[in-house]
Amino acid sequence: MEQVYLAIVLAPLLAAIVVGLGGSRMARAWAHRLTIAGVGISFALSLVVARDVFVLGAPVFDGAVYTWLVSDGLRLEIGFLIDSLSAVMMTVVTFVSLMVHIYTIGYMKDDPGYARFFSYISLFTFGMLMLVMANNFLQLFFGWEAVGLVSYLLIGFWFKRPTAIAANLKAFLVNRVGDLGLLLGIAAIFMYTGSLAYSEVFAAAPALVGQTTHVIGDYHWQVTTLICILLFIGAMGKSAQVPLHVWLPDSMEGPTPISALIHAATMVTAGIFLVARTSPLFELSVTALTFVLVIGAVTALFMGLLGLVQNDIKRVVAYSTLSQLGYMTVALGVSAYAAGMFHLFTHAFFKALLFLAAGSVIIAMHHVQDMRQMGGLRKYMPITYWTCLIGALALIGFPGFSGFYSKDAIIEAVSLSGIPGAGLAWWAVLLGVFITALYTFRMIFMVFHGQPRMDEHTREHLQESPWVVTLPLVLLAVPSIFIGALTMGPMLFGGLFDDAISVLPQHDVLAMLAAKGYTDAWSFLIHGLQAPAVWLAAAGVLVAWVCYVWQPHLPGVFARVLAPVYRVLDRKYWFDELYLKLFAPAGRGLGRVFWQFGDVRLIDGFLVNGTARAVGRLAGVARRAQTGFLYHYALVMITALALLMGWLLFLR
Amino acid sequence: MLTDLPLLSLIIWLPILGGVAVFALGESRVAWGHRLALLVSLLAAVLGGMLYAGFDNSTAAMQFVERTAWIEAFDAWYYLGIDGIALPLILLTVLVTPLVVIAAAQSVRLRASQYLAAFLIMEGIMIGVFAARDALLFYVFWEAMLIPMFLIIGLWGGPNRVYATIKFFLFTFFGSVLMLVALIYLYRQAGTFDLHTLQQLPLGLTEQLWIFMAFFAAFAVKIPMWPVHTWLPDAHVEAPTGGSVILAAIMLKLGGYGFIRLSLPITPDAAMALDWLMVGLSLIAIVYIGFVALAQSDMKKLIAYSSIAHMGFATLGFFIPFMIVAGGETTGARMAVEGGMVQMISHGFVSAALFFCVGVLYDRMHSRQIGDYGGVANTMPVFAAFMVLFAMANAGLPGTSGFVGEFMVILASFRANIWIALLAGTTLVLGAAYTLWLVKRVLYGEVANERVAALHDLSRREFAILGALAVAVLGIGLWPAPLVDMMSVSVSALLDQVLVGKL
Repeated sequence: MEQVYLAIVLAPLLAAIVVGLGGSRMARAWAHRLTIAGVGISFALSLVVARDVFVLGAPVFDGAVYTWLVSDGLRLEIGFLIDSLSAVMMTVVTFVSLMVHIYTIGYMKDDPGYARFFSYISLFTFGMLMLVMANNFLQLFFGWEAVGLVSYLLIGFWFKRPTAIAANLKAFLVNRVGDLGLLLGIAAIFMYTGSLAYSEVFAAAPALVGQTTHVIGDYHWQVTTLICILLFIGAMGKSAQVPLHVWLPDSMEGPTPISALIHAATMVTAGIFLVARTSPLFELSVTALTFVLVIGAVTALFMGLLGLVQNDIKRVVAYSTLSQLGYMTVALGVSAYAAGMFHLFTHAFFKALLFLAAGSVIIAMHHVQDMRQMGGLRKYMPITYWTCLIGALALIGFPGFSGFYSKDAIIEAVSLSGIPGAGLAWWAVLLGVFITALYTFRMIFMVFHGQPRMDEHTREHLQESPWVVTLPLVLLAVPSIFIGALTMGPMLFGGLFDDAISVLPQHDVLAMLAAKGYTDAWSFLIHGLQAPAVWLAAAGVLVAWVCYVWQPHLPGVFARVLAPVYRVLDRKYWFDELYLKLFAPAGRGLGRVFWQFGDVRLIDGFLVNGTARAVGRLAGVARRAQTGFLYHYALVMITALALLMGWLLFLR
Repeated sequence: MLTDLPLLSLIIWLPILGGVAVFALGESRVAWGHRLALLVSLLAAVLGGMLYAGFDNSTAAMQFVERTAWIEAFDAWYYLGIDGIALPLILLTVLVTPLVVIAAAQSVRLRASQYLAAFLIMEGIMIGVFAARDALLFYVFWEAMLIPMFLIIGLWGGPNRVYATIKFFLFTFFGSVLMLVALIYLYRQAGTFDLHTLQQLPLGLTEQLWIFMAFFAAFAVKIPMWPVHTWLPDAHVEAPTGGSVILAAIMLKLGGYGFIRLSLPITPDAAMALDWLMVGLSLIAIVYIGFVALAQSDMKKLIAYSSIAHMGFATLGFFIPFMIVAGGETTGARMAVEGGMVQMISHGFVSAALFFCVGVLYDRMHSRQIGDYGGVANTMPVFAAFMVLFAMANAGLPGTSGFVGEFMVILASFRANIWIALLAGTTLVLGAAYTLWLVKRVLYGEVANERVAALHDLSRREFAILGALAVAVLGIGLWPAPLVDMMSVSVSALLDQVLVGKL
């Protein structure tokens, strides 16, 4: 099997290298042919692997490919761990990546960086696969940073735009703050377990319970808490949790296909995957789980609120991604890892769909992204409209759609959890449902319904996008509707992830949920209709309809009446100001002070050149003694002789 | 058969004699000078390959030993030999020097033969330092190295070169004179300059502290550590491209090599007593200098400061073992030292590549000011791809060599203290900040001015140089095992002696 796994990661890498190095010399068509072939091979083989794992029940594969480094008894290997968790991720990553590759043929049709773009997204696919298939923390970190690199390159793909190159630097640096946490977490794991291989670390984990360490002062930290919080700081960077979320909205400066692939479906879920993968560690620290839960709940609610005031179509979807990542994090916090993974899984399809649909709108609008200039697009682009509507319904949790199952499972799980913070988190995720429905249908109504608001020229040229764009929309719409109902049973209650995720019995909210008996799609649906979430979503859609179709003047009224609230949301809680106007200038200012005062004035000015000056001055003084007049020397000699004699004769 | 040849003598004296020959050819036959210089530097690289092929990883003993009486009155010997700590540095030297020679053919017009001769002679001398097993021989090579570098900066340097050369010379000379005093003291105690004997020589703590401080003066200046680092940015700014490359890639490593070859084994207890100082200064180098690099507007200064920050990881790796062991840990010490060594090798390639990149731009625009650039990626896409790669390596991206050493040192430091690891880890953010901000201002954006618009992309020669460095940077990043295996037995032997101490 190892050759198959190698082929899965190497096919996109090879395509990326060939197209990246030779792209400028080959016909444009070859750029997408080669990369699509590479990703296609990966996808096909991932399906084979998924079949082996899920249908044929192949045992977990855990093997090394090569030894990266051996130092001080620590053997670091590059290798694969293929279990249910990685098999799900591989399938999602390669499928969405394939869709995005096809879509890109249409979206980037006229871009001069065509080959470069394909090379990057194939490279991304390689990095992401390395991340999810890793059997150790080193390789995880390798993939983690590799996808971060490609994200950086792709956000700044249009490197002439000042906003794009500001956004990519910001994304990289904010992620690096998280990565510092992850790296220290890895260092802690090495210190306390002596290994970085998942299997050895998880085997050693139970022995860590009860061990404590000092970080600040005399306070005793549980070792497991320290490790998990450090790891989760890494996850907060990649999965854009508050307060490390600021890079994700700005990442929309990149071309839309990568917003779908990297900044919605795959890379940003790496943090969720990390926590699920390390569930044997997180289970050992309730403190860390509470931390995860609170961060997730805050992100789910407060980032959703920001979606209400955005006018850029991509930014609405971006804030929705932040909020949904919050939902996944909440699931992790209540030990419902499987529910988090399930939401990750369904979200990948419908969020990629929403982004690609938004991209299709943007193509038709000639790269105008402001929803205030859209409206009435439904009749010009029916396929985009219907698929986008499907994505929206899935996102708000319309009964029966994919998102319904995964989101309801999370809400139910939170309500059953006894972990500190679960009560507040429940209100946050419940309120979040209303908010989600409101901003999502605000977008649908503003873009597709009502009167067209674009200029005459744009309207005349409105048309449905070509088939390479609409085909991926349709192919993503299908799982957005059905995949939730189909996979809910095994993923949540069937023990699909039992070989990868471990949950302590007292934390196992999904087992409690299963005990209620709603374990099949139909009864879960019926149960869901009796719960508040569905009705909150309906209320959200209704309010959106009132405000943006029936009485379009209302939002303006609200903005005036609730001016302070609006301002808080419009300024995005001033996080950007905090970072860009305080931290960044402070860093640069500190650099200038250290340099100008420390290096230039103190060390060079005072010590180095000061010493040189002092030597010079001393020499200047000493030089005066050398007058060259004979009688001066004679006088000194005679005086000295007299003093010496006097001392010898009288004082001794 | 390989071991029958005096390989070390060959690899030292071939470049030096080759340099003399190139010098003798003179400026009128400069084309022949180039060819000869390239041939000599490539032959040295082949000799390096032979050393690597014949090297035995499984022993810490000195290999390829040559020993001949030199100054019998002082019991000083012409005594050469290498172990797993010296070999990687020699390989670094013989791999980087040909690149400088290749680059010179394009960018140096004035007195080109003398320029090439200086680099070849310096190559031999630096290898001499790495291979010397006799303290006096070590010292002679160490001081001799100053002369060609002094000339390179002084003759081919920028407008402020006189200040820079004098500063460079006085700083390093001041340090090495104190080292000479320490060596003479050791000679009086031991009656020999043999380094192995000196390493075994029993010394009291007070003696050790004085000797350690004298060595420190020499090596801390060279590597350089805060606060004796200010010669480096000035020297880099004024040095020609080749000078900067050799300075950053190899000469700085001599400081690190000095710590590991002399300070640690000869004065282990002093090193242990002063570990807080060394670790503290290393962390200052990483954090403080990281901020200073952020404030630079001159590309070469920025990379020079970045070098100081990166060498902070080397010294951190060399001195953190005492703290790890003091905390009762047994593992981690070796990883720290190996990490420091890997960092030195990696930084050799990465900093060389970055200085070459600046050289490529300087040759075209005659400016090092970041503000004069902008949007270079529009006109030089291939160059931009290389520069982004090396910038990422400088920022320690996994998969490049820059990651390996930092990763190992941070992993090991965590065992001593989480805060040390955290402070060292700030390089993840700071290193990325100053490097990628440089990339943003130089490469990205609209074409800034007409001069940028007129830029032409890499020549074949430049492509070959940067391509070779890219292979090295990615090679070490993707598979560092061979490099670490080369040094691991020697490092353990060193630590076995150092951690026991002499008291």
